[in-house]
Amino acid sequence: MREKLEKIKSEAMAALSAAAASDKLEALRVKYLGKKGEVTAILKQMGGLSPEERPIIGQLANQVRTEIEAAVAAKASELEKKLMEEKLRLEAVDVTIPGTPVCRGHRHPMTIVLDEVKDIFIGMGFTIAEGPEVELSVYDFDKLNIPVGHTVRDRRDTFYITEDEAVHLRCQTSPVQVRVMEVQKPPIRIISPGRVYRKDEVDATHSPMFHQFEGLVVDKGVTLGDLKGTLNTLVKKLYGPETKTRFRPHHFPFTEPSCEMDVQCFVCGGEGCRVCKGEGWIELLGCGMVHPKVLAGCGIDPDVYSGFAFGVGLERVTMRRFGIDDLRLIYENDMRFLQQF
Amino acid sequence: MVLSRKWLSDYTDIDASPKEFADKMTMSGSKVESYRCPGDEIQNVVAGRVTDMWRHPDSDHLWVCMVDVGEGEDLQIVTGAQNVKVGDMVPVAKHKSLLPGGKRIEKGKLRGVKSAGMLCSLGELELDTHDFPYAIEDGIFIIQEECAPGDDIRPIIGADDVITEFEITNNRPDCLSVIGLAREAAVTFGTELKLHEPVVRGGGGNINDHLKIEIRSPELCPRYTGRMITDIRIEPSPKWMRQRLRAAGVRPINNIVDITNYVMLEYGQPMHAFDYACLEGGQIVVRTAEPGEDIATLDGTPRALTPDMLVIADGKKPVGVAGVMGGENSEITANTRYAVLESANFSGVSIRKTAAALNMRTDASSRYEKGLDPQNTYPAVQRACELVELLGAGTVMDGVIDIVAKPYEPTVLDLCPDRINALLGTDIPVDFMVKTLRDLGFTVEGERVTVPSWRSDVEHYSDLAEEVARFWGYDVIEPTDLRGGGMAGGLTEKQSLERLTDSVCRGMGFTEIYTYSFISPSDYDKIALPEEKRKSVTILNPLGEDTSVMRTSSLPSMLGTLAHNMLNRNMDVRLYELARVYLPGDEPLPEERLILTLGEYGGYDFFHLKGAVEALLRELRIPDVRFEAETANPSYHPGRCAVIRAGGDTVGVLGQIHPAVAANYGLGETLCAELDFLKLLEKRAAEAMYEPLPRFPAITRDIAVVCDSSVTVAALSDCIRRGGGETLRDVQLFDIYTGAPIPPGKRSTAFSLTLRSDEKTLTDDHADETVKNILALLESELGAVIR
Repeated sequence: MREKLEKIKSEAMAALSAAAASDKLEALRVKYLGKKGEVTAILKQMGGLSPEERPIIGQLANQVRTEIEAAVAAKASELEKKLMEEKLRLEAVDVTIPGTPVCRGHRHPMTIVLDEVKDIFIGMGFTIAEGPEVELSVYDFDKLNIPVGHTVRDRRDTFYITEDEAVHLRCQTSPVQVRVMEVQKPPIRIISPGRVYRKDEVDATHSPMFHQFEGLVVDKGVTLGDLKGTLNTLVKKLYGPETKTRFRPHHFPFTEPSCEMDVQCFVCGGEGCRVCKGEGWIELLGCGMVHPKVLAGCGIDPDVYSGFAFGVGLERVTMRRFGIDDLRLIYENDMRFLQQF
Repeated sequence: MVLSRKWLSDYTDIDASPKEFADKMTMSGSKVESYRCPGDEIQNVVAGRVTDMWRHPDSDHLWVCMVDVGEGEDLQIVTGAQNVKVGDMVPVAKHKSLLPGGKRIEKGKLRGVKSAGMLCSLGELELDTHDFPYAIEDGIFIIQEECAPGDDIRPIIGADDVITEFEITNNRPDCLSVIGLAREAAVTFGTELKLHEPVVRGGGGNINDHLKIEIRSPELCPRYTGRMITDIRIEPSPKWMRQRLRAAGVRPINNIVDITNYVMLEYGQPMHAFDYACLEGGQIVVRTAEPGEDIATLDGTPRALTPDMLVIADGKKPVGVAGVMGGENSEITANTRYAVLESANFSGVSIRKTAAALNMRTDASSRYEKGLDPQNTYPAVQRACELVELLGAGTVMDGVIDIVAKPYEPTVLDLCPDRINALLGTDIPVDFMVKTLRDLGFTVEGERVTVPSWRSDVEHYSDLAEEVARFWGYDVIEPTDLRGGGMAGGLTEKQSLERLTDSVCRGMGFTEIYTYSFISPSDYDKIALPEEKRKSVTILNPLGEDTSVMRTSSLPSMLGTLAHNMLNRNMDVRLYELARVYLPGDEPLPEERLILTLGEYGGYDFFHLKGAVEALLRELRIPDVRFEAETANPSYHPGRCAVIRAGGDTVGVLGQIHPAVAANYGLGETLCAELDFLKLLEKRAAEAMYEPLPRFPAITRDIAVVCDSSVTVAALSDCIRRGGGETLRDVQLFDIYTGAPIPPGKRSTAFSLTLRSDEKTLTDDHADETVKNILALLESELGAVIR
């Protein structure tokens, strides 16, 4: 009987390992372990054994049954795995087929840069101030130390609304600074971005409407060193930590001392090339210490407070950032242009 | 301002390469735009003497010349010019030489005869007869200057200079002169400024016996200084003067005109010379023009004068437009024997207005309009007279008529070294401040600083701070972080919502655009805007009709942009802009209203855009939004347009653009929406609090009703909500059907209803009852019956 069991076992194992489908497997299970199966038949014959043999054979028979059961289960799981693999193989797709299109809009490049600029200044404790674009000359000129007769007030340069020249399209966002200083006590830290207007014909670098962001800081003890530090932070965040700047003396009616800030040419690294017209530097913005007359005119005592201000053309920064070579693209809004951003 | 380094060296000795000179001047405040060495364009060109010449054997016009260029062996050079003789000194461009404009000369053969280079004309060296009046244009330049064969041509023709071009800011008209820039250069490089006091011998009789000068408008002419010259001999000025004028970009004319230009460039003081014989009454009167007066200016153009214009007149008539241009009637000519030299100071604003009104901006007027030094008129006229004597251009008369109508008072300031350092964030020693200011011409006595007359821009200690800082070096001032920290920066609620709107629009597939605020008045016709909405802020002096009014509607900008894209074959375009329109009212300034404009074409319909608007309004938390049919907005399709209401107020409009309007822009089916952004934000609901998740299951029921097509879905769902009671939680439209078997004029509308209670699981009986109530209300109110 022992031999018989061994034989059943080896037959079963061989049959199982050869089984290639789950229905075949089930048939084998029935053949060996079912109610009329071969192992079951052996167990049924246990009664005919001697009492000494019975436990030994019984144990052996159970062992054989357990082993066959385990083998069936193992084979079943193996077959199931194979089946799954086959299914997955058939389900495979060409992953290089493009994804289902999701309609996605694009931020205008000017907004990309402006949002970044705003965040840089917010990080330094600034808020964002806004004001009218159709502005009183008092705010855009008089209070900025630009007297009647000054060239920028000329009708060749500024768009006027009223014949008496009391109202015009602002030619800078500085009147916002004046409006803020008139109602807010120092400390003041603002930037004022927005549209400005100057009478320039449209070409690759000019537009009668463009955008500026200007900044203003007024507090006790604000210095030219602070101005340099703040603008260096802006430029390093916009163009990278290695960006080099230089400050040159310049003239603006509403600041004294005044400067222009250049950034080292990113193409030639200061050697001089076509992009920087051989200078090695590219002019980026104008700035300076707020003129004491301007502070006083806004009700801020220049003997107590000092401040700095700067103004940047957003188009210039954006064009430099993305290598845009024609300003007209910014206002044409051609999708082929916009979807690059 | 164009500066010759040779001219500069009359006033200070600077030992710096052209680049170093440019860099340092830029950093001390005199920005260099460019510099060039004209001589670099000329290479391997020398003076040569013609030793022999004969006719070319194969040509009736070419000559073969032997030329001594100091190399022992003469060069054989073929020339086509007919003015060369043996013994002439000529410019020789040798083998492998370079001429202005990048022209290269190499040896070769002309009709079989070897030629080792080229003899040059004036033009080939970029010169003309103004530079060398004894030469001719049409032939070889026969050199009369001192030189020997083999000498480099560049010093001979004055092309060994360095020309530097400065961008001078409006506050520094003093730097529009050689002396002004020399002063800046001397302080920048720490060299000595060598000023020169003009010496005039005179001897031609006394000016006061011939001329009277009167200033009738002292406000417009604070000072007028005049001298006279007799026995004038008009001829070309000498080479050195012509070369310096040429270097500064001024064309040499004749000795008298050249002297006035030379002094203007050197001293920064415009000058004018009148022919004394043309001055009636022997007098000069500085006054405003009489009504109806006119004058022909030197350029030959007749000019009508107005009474706000300052003129220089004689006893009867204007002989010049003050500070702008002289008159033809008193011009210096070859016959002039007596001349009056004018060196005057005029009001900058007046000159600027006059020049603008006459549309003639001259070298003189552009200097005057910046405001010139009133103390400069005297030294400048002295310098001019000195040059007249030096050039032998005439005899200077004794005496100077110097009328000071408005005495000059110098500005005096306190030095305030501590405040200067506090403003700059520096620790600059007082000694440095004092030395710098003195070198710049300021007088410093203790704390008292007297500003020089040519620096009217300096009027405050902060101006002194700039003078000190620019020579201390802006670049050595240490950059510092802002102190006093702790300021709460951030966006306002409106600004955050603008950003949210940006990202929602983008997420829905709309791309942002930037358009001009001004449009053409004809754009209002194109969008069929009603007359009452066309009152616009109008620009008095626009660039053109197309950009002459500030838009009261954002629609033209959006449609124009869509049209531009259509023209460029962008087939599927969805755009948005968040920008202002300008609505004039009773205030001096218009209301600037922020409008969100959406626009799309490329296979979209009304409901596509409406879906986007609904999603945006949900994202902005605008409650109680309703869309009502709008049939009377002429820009939109009368059957496909809705006003958008929030909390009962109109906040915008949405719809398909009227086909006629779309056609005006070359567009087909186009959808647009205009939303009043700030009005929307007023309606914004508070942030929602969390609601517990439902504990009991919901029951859904679908119903379909048939009613007149004129009954809106909004009316039906309103009615359903009212009939459904508090357990009706949601009503969703899922189908609209017209056509058989539904009778014409009617439609079937199907809704899915969700019922739920927070207290218990609802029963089917309750749901049936609710549906029954709803159907009853639908029938009684709207005549809608179950399908």
